[in-house]
Amino acid sequence: MKKKETAAVLSQECLAPGIYSMWLETGIAAYAKAGQFVSLYSRDGSRLLPRPLSLCETGKDRLRLVYRVAGAGTAEFSTLRAGDAVEILGPLGNGFPLEEAEGKRVFLIGGGIGVPPMLELAKRLSGEKTLVMGYRDSRMFLKKELEQAGPLFVATEDGSFGTRGNVLDAIRERGLSADVMFACGPAPMLRAIKAYAKEQGIPAWISMEERMACGIGACLGCVCKSKEVDSHSHVKNKRICKDGPVFLAEEVEL
Amino acid sequence: MNLSVELAGVTLKNPVMTASGTFGSGEEYSEFVELGRLGAVVTKGVANVPWPGNPTPRIAETCGGMLNAIGLQNPGIDVFVKRDIPFLKQFDTKIVVNVCGKTTEDYVEVVERLSEEPVDLLEINISCPNVKEGGIAFGQSAEAAEAITRAVKERAKQPVIMKLSPNVTDIAEMARAVEAGGADAVSLINTLTGMKIDIHRRIFALANKTGGLSGPAIKPVAVRMVYQVAQAVGIPVIGMGGIRCAEDALEFILAGATAVSVGTANFHNPYVTTQIADGIREYMERYGVEDIRELIGSVK
Repeated sequence: MKKKETAAVLSQECLAPGIYSMWLETGIAAYAKAGQFVSLYSRDGSRLLPRPLSLCETGKDRLRLVYRVAGAGTAEFSTLRAGDAVEILGPLGNGFPLEEAEGKRVFLIGGGIGVPPMLELAKRLSGEKTLVMGYRDSRMFLKKELEQAGPLFVATEDGSFGTRGNVLDAIRERGLSADVMFACGPAPMLRAIKAYAKEQGIPAWISMEERMACGIGACLGCVCKSKEVDSHSHVKNKRICKDGPVFLAEEVEL
Repeated sequence: MNLSVELAGVTLKNPVMTASGTFGSGEEYSEFVELGRLGAVVTKGVANVPWPGNPTPRIAETCGGMLNAIGLQNPGIDVFVKRDIPFLKQFDTKIVVNVCGKTTEDYVEVVERLSEEPVDLLEINISCPNVKEGGIAFGQSAEAAEAITRAVKERAKQPVIMKLSPNVTDIAEMARAVEAGGADAVSLINTLTGMKIDIHRRIFALANKTGGLSGPAIKPVAVRMVYQVAQAVGIPVIGMGGIRCAEDALEFILAGATAVSVGTANFHNPYVTTQIADGIREYMERYGVEDIRELIGSVK
């Protein structure tokens, strides 16, 4: 059940330059799943549209958002402190399909600001899992928490830690393999994951993003091209906010 | 106290409607608002066949507003009639179907398909700035607007609202033209054509380059145009453009709108439509207004 409510900020921490971690106390947490997102609203009336932020961790009555400051809206969120209030709407979208991982070896792959949703996902998957995270440099936010959730391999673009390059370079260099992939990250990474999954003959579930307005499937702002006709308009345009944000890679165009 | 208003013989329980394109066919927002508390639900535009819409990005935020270039993605009339009308019929509200097309024949085909359906009003979209053919082509020339109105009216079983574009030199002239063509009501304003450029990447923010500007930023323009049109025609006017609270809605009503539509504000607050209906009632209580009709067009 989606709802909009006022959440209380429990803490705010800067994890790396431009990367913030915020815990919120909210009833929305109780039924949130890994891979879902929430919309956060600005207090500045000149910024009308909510910002969709992925869930990094969820508890009984609280959830954690780890987000990048990408503009004035997210910059405003980064100034919120414990005790402040923020309007949120959620939980939105469908999470990662945990059942697809049952009895299988799973890759959890995150790139950049696609890393955070992998933490809650890793905590909820009990089977054999390998975490592969890509960062720009050695400021590897969430690394400690991810290591506790499973074996972690890291790639950095500048080579300052782990494999130099991207997540697929790390997979190849370390000779890793899996039966199913769950991934979140920038479009070029997702494109590479899709190609890799096809080459390996394994399914890849990827989390997509796009500019959103309503966040609930009404405005048709955030569509992606899909192989099959979508349920809404029957024109092969799936709504990322409502039909996704997690899709089987072979089902969507990137 | 009376909040009900009449639009071309159709009685709305209150003057609050949704703006086409922002509310789907109500299903998504029914999780947040009781649709039966709205005067009417105005659906997203529907064409004779499915339309895929524009490439993404389709959305960009601007100061106090937003640009969209969805491009009228819609499932076409077949799916709409089977799925969306039965959904809306569950609720005690009026159904206004927004109709879009590329040619006169497209519009007429949809209007004819709706003739036997339990639809209360038709809203003809001749003002979408985001599709190249049709739509706006009819909305920027008085002659073309009058002709399409006449063609639709000849076949329509339900009363017809013509939705006007603000992207014209004289909106009163356009309103008079559709009135002459037989329109039962006019609605305005559709979005204002705008553009946003990403200076860091040196690209357009929207794949379509231009988009329609909506939200509070356009409200003063919309109130002015509603006033001008209300002065120019005898048919009811439905006002919209940046309404996000009861006070905004009341400005439109005082300027001459019989009913109002709420659009972009839904994205900021999914509960906003019924809150506006409540706020109008509170305003009437506060000022001792017995009948909302006393307010319509009362500022001259």
